[in-house]
Order: sequence, then C-alpha cells, then structure tokens
Amino acid sequence: MSHLVSLAPPRRPGPDLRELLSRVVRGDQDAFATLYDAVAGPVFGLVRRVLRDPAQSEEVTQEVLLEVWRTAARYRAERGEVLPWVLTIAHRRAVDRVRSAQAAADRDRRVATANHGGTPYDEVAEQVEGRLEREQVRRCLKTLTELQRESLTLAYYRGYSYPEVAEVLGAPLGTVKTRMRDGLIRMRDCLGVGA
Amino acid sequence: MNTLDPHTLTGAYATHALGPDEHRDFERHLDHCPSCAQETAEFAATLARLGAAEAVTPPEALKGRVLAALPGVRQEAPPVARTAPARGRLARHATKFALAACLALALGAGAVAVQQHHEAELARDRATTLARQQQTVTALLTAPDARTATATTPGGGTGTVVWSGSRGQAGFLAAGLPAPGPDRTYQLWYDDAGTMRPAGLLPTGSGTLLLTGALDGAAGVGVTLEPAGGSAHPSGAPVLLLPFS
Repeated sequence: MSHLVSLAPPRRPGPDLRELLSRVVRGDQDAFATLYDAVAGPVFGLVRRVLRDPAQSEEVTQEVLLEVWRTAARYRAERGEVLPWVLTIAHRRAVDRVRSAQAAADRDRRVATANHGGTPYDEVAEQVEGRLEREQVRRCLKTLTELQRESLTLAYYRGYSYPEVAEVLGAPLGTVKTRMRDGLIRMRDCLGVGA
Repeated sequence: MNTLDPHTLTGAYATHALGPDEHRDFERHLDHCPSCAQETAEFAATLARLGAAEAVTPPEALKGRVLAALPGVRQEAPPVARTAPARGRLARHATKFALAACLALALGAGAVAVQQHHEAELARDRATTLARQQQTVTALLTAPDARTATATTPGGGTGTVVWSGSRGQAGFLAAGLPAPGPDRTYQLWYDDAGTMRPAGLLPTGSGTLLLTGALDGAAGVGVTLEPAGGSAHPSGAPVLLLPFS
C-alpha cells in the first residue's frame, strides 16, 4: 500500500486557494481569474462526467463559477479545503440539471442503459489532468464491493437519486443508503483523506 | 422518510442522492451532530478526489465569458463575525471589540422598542433588565474562554451567540432580523442533543438577550418564531441555528 500512497499527491500543487478565495470575497477579480485556472478543469470535468453533453456542461460550469464568485463569503475554512467546497457546488448544480424536467427524457434513456457499462474512462483520456490521481481513484474503487461501488458511482458520476440507484440495482432503499456510506468510508481511507 | 438512523445518511447526502426534503432535514441534523458534520466534510474531500480525477480543461472561451460576467453578479456580504477564524489573540480581540460596538448599537435599538411599549412602568422595568443583560453579555465577551458564532438569515439579518464555558452562560445578539410581528416573538432555545430547552424571549429583530438557564453542555442555540409569551416546545422550523463549535 505504501507505494499507492506515495503515488497520490496529497494536495494539488499550485496557488493557495484559501488565500485567493479570501481576496475574491473582497471583490478581487484578478484573484478570481487565478482561482478559475485552478478549479475550472475539475469543475468542467466533473460536470461533464455527470451531464455528458458538452454544451450543457459549459453552461453549468459557468453557473458554478459565478456561484463561487457570488457566495465566496460562505466558504468556511474550518469545514474543509476550497476545492471540495467548489466541487460540492459543481456536483449539486450538475445533479439539479440532470433532475430538471428538461432532462427527464434523457434520464429515462440513461436508466435504461445503465447496466450496459461502458463507463467512458478512456473517452477523454487525452485531455485529462491528474492522471495519477485518476489511477488511484480507479484502484480504490476496485477495493469496494460491487454494490458499494455501483451505488457510489451511479449517484456521484451519473447524478442518480438513491431511489433511482435502488431501482437500477434492484436493492432496498436502506441498503443503498448504507452502501453509499460504507463505500465512501472505504474510499476515504484508501485515498488517505484525513480529518 | 423511513426510520433509518440519520447518521447513516452522510453518504447519500454527500453525493446529493437525497430528495430535497430529506436533504434539508439532514442539514438540520448536521447542526446538532458534530460527528456527522465531520464525516460529511471528509466525504466531500473524498468525492473531490473523485471529481478532480475527471478534470478536463474547459474551452478557452469559457474563461472570458465567466470573467466578463463578474461585474454583473452581486457578491454576498461576509457575515458580521465568523465562527472560528480568529487564531491569534489580536484577531479574537478585534472580533470582541466589533461585537461590543454592536452591543452598544443594540442597546439603542432596545430602548426604541421599549419606548413603544404601552405601560411606562413595565417599560422601565424592561429597560433596567435590558441594560443589566447588556452588561452581562458584554461582560461575557471578556471571559478568557468567550467564543462567538454567527449565522445569517436569507434576508440578511444576523444572530450572534456568545458563550463562555467557564461562566456557563450564553448571550444572544440579533441585528436586522425581521420584526417578529405584533403577536409574535423570537424565542431562544438551548439544544440539548436535539431536545430544545427554552432559553428566553426576544420580541424584537435587533436586540440582546442573556439566555436564561445554564449552558449545561448544550450543543448550540436555536431561534424560532413563537406566539407572544413563548412556547414550551419549538412550534416551527428554526430561523437560526448556532452550534457551539
């Protein structure tokens, strides 16, 4: 396991995001431009992973970054790092978009094809940053039980609600909820995410 | 909603897999459950690794569009006082100083509220009580272990709680909360592990209150709107929740 840990950079290298965000709170647009460079890739990648559609993903990425600008004062350093805060906003917005009425038809199609696999890990490999991180995430996902992994990835990467996850996996609602938590605990420990 | 232990919802919450009602209920639960909040924060950090692993550079033009939009987007104001940013003594004292200034303002607001009261005698009693409470709350700020937490309502009002473990007391300062209405009052509650213990009434949206009763290991303070005279139990969703953390 030790070489796994050494493969993973504990922090993304680059500027001090907390310091940047504190300047953003004061309306510093240059600081925001630097923050954009640090977080736009993860935001766009995650949103695109959930939504698939590149045009919608750009739209939502823009909404996310403007929400970061608008609500920067809500960030609480004692509750965690900046990137998780930004990606929580990104994931919520992507999920909201998936669940909107506009996406209903698309969702039906995705539920129907959910078991066909074909998760396009390699689809965007050329453009992907942080290849080592990706490798480690994949390796850690493999340590999960199938139900843990599917519950977690359907919810996170596809934006399924837990009743949708339960439906697709044919598992009871309560089981899905606890497997999501168990899976995240394993991922947390495998990735070495500390308190 | 089923009868599952809410603690097990951390995973579904962190992945945004809960419905809107459950999501809201769980956020409320988080305010009273430090271990859940801790686990949720760790899950957010874990999921950020999953998210960041998907990073793809967005089209160059997007940056220009986002930056061009900034001047048209109004930024939210930072809260008056933050929960725990004060690491150094100077910063902590600065916060206390700012709060003391707020208290002085609130005293004025309280006096106005009292003036409007019909019965002069009652008003005098209340003014005396208010002034005494004001002094006690101000004194609380001087306790070596005094801490503060602030929460903001969507309307922009703020509530600040100041507490001192060594003195076993807490005070509450409201600034710019909506007036509770003619037959209504704000009521403060100590949160005893999810059970709300009455801690006093504040019939105005801007004022100060020394909470009745001792801290007694309470996890935080909640504020609800109640009928004038107060209630034995909270009758609605809290206007503000301020964990002692």
